[in-house]
Amino acid sequence: MKRVYVNEKWCLGCYLCEYYCAFAGMNEKDMARALKDVKINPKIKIEEHNGISFAVSCRHCHEPLCVKGCITGALIRTDGVVTINREKCVNCYTCILNCSYGAISPSDEGVVQKCELCIKTITGTPACVRGCPNGAIVFEER
Amino acid sequence: MKYVIIGNSAAGIGTVEGIRQVDKLGEIVIITNEPYYTYSRPLISYLLLGKTTEEQMKYRGNSFYTDNHCTLINGTVTEVSAKTKAVSLSDGSRISFDKLLIATGSLAFVPPFDGLDRVEPKFTFMSLDDAKKLSNALDPSKHVMIVGAGLIGLKCAEGILEKVASVTVLDLAPRILSSILDYDSAKLVQSHLESKGISFMLSCSIKRFEHNTAILENNSEIPFDVLVLAVGVRPNIDFLKGSVQIDRGIIINGKTETSTPDIYAAGDCTQTLDVSSGQNKIMALLPNAYMQGECAGINMAGGEKSFDKAIPMNAVGFFGLHIITAGSYNGEVYTENKNGNYKRLFYSGNKLNGYILVGNVEKAGIYTSLIREQTPLDSIDFALVCEKPGLMAFTKEIRMVKLGGGK
Repeated sequence: MKRVYVNEKWCLGCYLCEYYCAFAGMNEKDMARALKDVKINPKIKIEEHNGISFAVSCRHCHEPLCVKGCITGALIRTDGVVTINREKCVNCYTCILNCSYGAISPSDEGVVQKCELCIKTITGTPACVRGCPNGAIVFEER
Repeated sequence: MKYVIIGNSAAGIGTVEGIRQVDKLGEIVIITNEPYYTYSRPLISYLLLGKTTEEQMKYRGNSFYTDNHCTLINGTVTEVSAKTKAVSLSDGSRISFDKLLIATGSLAFVPPFDGLDRVEPKFTFMSLDDAKKLSNALDPSKHVMIVGAGLIGLKCAEGILEKVASVTVLDLAPRILSSILDYDSAKLVQSHLESKGISFMLSCSIKRFEHNTAILENNSEIPFDVLVLAVGVRPNIDFLKGSVQIDRGIIINGKTETSTPDIYAAGDCTQTLDVSSGQNKIMALLPNAYMQGECAGINMAGGEKSFDKAIPMNAVGFFGLHIITAGSYNGEVYTENKNGNYKRLFYSGNKLNGYILVGNVEKAGIYTSLIREQTPLDSIDFALVCEKPGLMAFTKEIRMVKLGGGK
């Protein structure tokens, strides 16, 4: 199955992946206009320290601790993609406790958020991958 | 192959999913003493709060039992016979098994307070039925006393606060959530709960009840309309009477086998190794219950699986203030306490033993994984991870594996 992989050697620390991620969920046409003065809360997040940077998003683990530990059954893994049922999530943060990558985060909507490989928002290659100008984030079979 | 599972909660459901990873055909019988579809027990407080519904509380989708070819039987198991490989139910029927899973969870512990039998109404807070009965007894005129300032008592307090005149929580311990918080973090959470309207009486011991009045050791009298007992839980294992080895809970190994061949156990009724402290403990937590169940199911069906990384861990929130804790609180400490956010890490012998986070809990799982995997702290940038949990603290090589497709 195709997944998002990150190669920190090519990451410019430009944060465009974060903007493309936030924009993918907005159902708007113009990114610059849609994100102007908006404090984004993306599902992919850059870590940056001492000149090193890289993007972190859900790994869609084969043995996802977030799914196994979910107290409501809101997190499920279907065809290799870990998604969240927002109707069932009660925001308990057990998934944040369990995720070894720190890839699940609080949202502003009373449920947690995570990368769902854009399957609910756009078709094809995830937005962060399309938006990365330097090929540091790729969507491929490994 | 015939699998029998006693219990229809997280551990039982995990077992079904584990079995079906290996054996698509074997017969699975689940025995439950509750008249419900599998539901998430920790959600009962969210139900009272109106944050979920009985339908949304279902732990699995509506076709779970049919998809997995399971038969759900309503009944209470009174005996397990290892010799004849059968369980007996209270209606006199017997069900035979090839492999048995015990996932009977825990029951509320009710201390034998003098005069408790004359208190009305009184409730425990463990099951959907408990929540429904409690809810029916509440109205805006009622003063509720909750005995026990642990996770169950406080989630109950949050769930009912808006429905009643007052909620007073009483506990023997000098601080709230004493099993998961230290003094400073407990203080922070307590003031938050007080600001929402919950009253506390800590270091308080009840001498006896006189109808609906609690008489404390210092002879003060606290009247109430409704009593909730949330003092603690005990494994639900009395019916086993020697069929498997028991200490405080059912003793299981890393493959979730009990001392008796073909009998497995998972979840709150078991006692297992806490890798963060090296001690055997009852860790009554839903994620562990599911993972033990899944492990048991795979092994019962002839697969190979271990679950040997159990640690105590909790994620819980009250009125928007989140708490995440894990591991054991031994060793040296790293502390941050500012702007309502609290962080304390406990470490020794080149390992992270435990942590407490209140408020900002982002990326807590990075800390959990350090405990679970017993990561040597000299192999990461520990000073950085203390300040800022993230993959940055690992070496470039480890990051290549984690972000570049390692399994």
